[in-house]
Amino acid sequence: MLYSLGIDSGSTTTKGVLYDGKNVLRMEMIPTTACPQQSIRQIYEALWSENVGYTVTTGYGRELLTEADKKVTEITCHARGAAFLNPGIGAVVDIGGQDSKAILLDRDLNVIDFLMNDKCAAGTGRFVEVMMRTLERPVAEMDDFVAGCKPLNISSMCTVFAESEIVSLLAKGENPGDIALGVIHSVCRRTAIFAQRLKLEGDIFFSGGLSRFRIFSEVLEQYLNRPVYTSPAAQYAGALGAAVIGYRKLI
Amino acid sequence: MELIKELPEVFEDFAEQRKNSFLAVKELKDQGVPVVGVFCTYLPQEIPAAMGAAVVGLCSTSDETIPEAEKELPRNLCPLIKSSYGFAKTDKCPFFYFSDLIVGETTCDGKKKMYEQLGEFKPVHVMELPNSQSEDGLQMYKNEIIRFQKVLEEKFGITITEEDIRRATHLRNEERKALKAFYELMKLDPAPMKGQDLFQILYGSTFKFDKEKVVSEINAIREKVESEYKEGKCLDKRPRILVTGSPVAGGAMKVVKAIEDNGGVVVAFENCGGARSIEALVDEDAPDIYQALASRYLSLGCSCMSPNPNRYRLMGELIEDYKADAVVDVVLQACHTYNVETMGIKKYVKEQYGIPYMSLETDYSTGDIGQLNTRMAAFIEML
Repeated sequence: MLYSLGIDSGSTTTKGVLYDGKNVLRMEMIPTTACPQQSIRQIYEALWSENVGYTVTTGYGRELLTEADKKVTEITCHARGAAFLNPGIGAVVDIGGQDSKAILLDRDLNVIDFLMNDKCAAGTGRFVEVMMRTLERPVAEMDDFVAGCKPLNISSMCTVFAESEIVSLLAKGENPGDIALGVIHSVCRRTAIFAQRLKLEGDIFFSGGLSRFRIFSEVLEQYLNRPVYTSPAAQYAGALGAAVIGYRKLI
Repeated sequence: MELIKELPEVFEDFAEQRKNSFLAVKELKDQGVPVVGVFCTYLPQEIPAAMGAAVVGLCSTSDETIPEAEKELPRNLCPLIKSSYGFAKTDKCPFFYFSDLIVGETTCDGKKKMYEQLGEFKPVHVMELPNSQSEDGLQMYKNEIIRFQKVLEEKFGITITEEDIRRATHLRNEERKALKAFYELMKLDPAPMKGQDLFQILYGSTFKFDKEKVVSEINAIREKVESEYKEGKCLDKRPRILVTGSPVAGGAMKVVKAIEDNGGVVVAFENCGGARSIEALVDEDAPDIYQALASRYLSLGCSCMSPNPNRYRLMGELIEDYKADAVVDVVLQACHTYNVETMGIKKYVKEQYGIPYMSLETDYSTGDIGQLNTRMAAFIEML
């Protein structure tokens, strides 16, 4: 039995997926350290066995693993991974650690167009991370933290300016949960405006680190005005896509 | 099939031409040859060439002088404008330093306002370029060409005859024909060379002052590439990309490099320095040579024209003739006219030709090279 291995070396986390052509056998995720090469190697060593016949790397650090048989961009991999998790979709919105992308698929789930945000942290996972740090709350508690809150308007797009805007809101005595929900709305609104430059059709799959919070899917759905799906494995979409592409090379 | 590994030395010669011309321009200057510095493709080079002047391009493409420019100009401005102004201010570019006269045109807002400031410390003449390619516009541009000639005659105390202009026109046409015949080699599939190498030749030729020599050199390079192609020297089969939009020389060349590093080949350049500035000839035998010059130059399809049908027309021809698989539209940061025009161009490319299109905004820095590579690789994976 031959497996394929997909590794997504992202800016915040490094993910690996082991795939047998039908099912995901293992998924691993670790934080990407200041030495991304080490992180990608750690995942590779954790998942590699003699049964692995093909390894595909993707993400910012995709060039860093010499053992990789193929390097594929995160655009193609996210599309393939998302289509694997939810074959009925027409587009993918991915909010990653340092960029966001919108990918349009045709009926055969091939990429037909895509957009990436500018070289700026605005509207990305990093933006949310910085804001939660300012609010002194762990990112992982996001959903509970904003439950029942009313979003405040955060007008700054720039991560640095938005941070000082939050500091002023805190100084005015605003409820931190309302501020956090405001940040979520700001990210989703920006992502939706950006994604709608592509003529989105059909259902949307939401991937990337933020997809594990229910609130992001809900708010994104409001702004995109169409059904948004995600999956518990959505954060692994890139690595999964890489594994699926790799498996095709095996047969 | 043998792949091209090393290009003929003459490619190097052209690639280094801009630098080599620094000395050449000084020598010309020492011999008393006037130097006219120009910015834009709309400038009828035949007029200064007719008086025997050396014509040099001043559009700057390096981010080296941008910090200097940003002491005065706004940050949120096109890098070409900032870089050019910075070079003028610091006199780091010998072409600025040796130019007896700098000529600009009222093209985009950023440039024309920059020329006002440049005129404070450099000898600047600005030609008034109409906003649209109408009959009235044509008449106006013809008058502007005549006025430009008078400015030169007064400044240098010479007379430019019609015969001089016709002779210069003929020579420029010969150069255009030679350059066109050269880049038409890219119609071959697989392509005979990389777009980066092709562009170096086109760009380098603008810094060679002996135009008769340029014609014979270009013809020689074309024949060499042609005969090597027949022997089987060419690139592997790659997706064929048409590059359009803002100028890509210098700092913005990173986009072409990213396309070609990630498996594509740029087969045509619909931009300044590429087909846009070379393709059309001047009617040498027209009874009114000024009319002929005005109609050739004003017809160029830059986004500062409104509307801009000739850009669409030329792009369509290039897509068909060069069998482009996709279009990449390069927009220099804060270049509003090209940026807004991406909407129409995207629609045109997708609906008329059914091929993928991507636009991207960039500058002369190296900060976005990682992202550029990802974008280009993904775009090419999609083809």
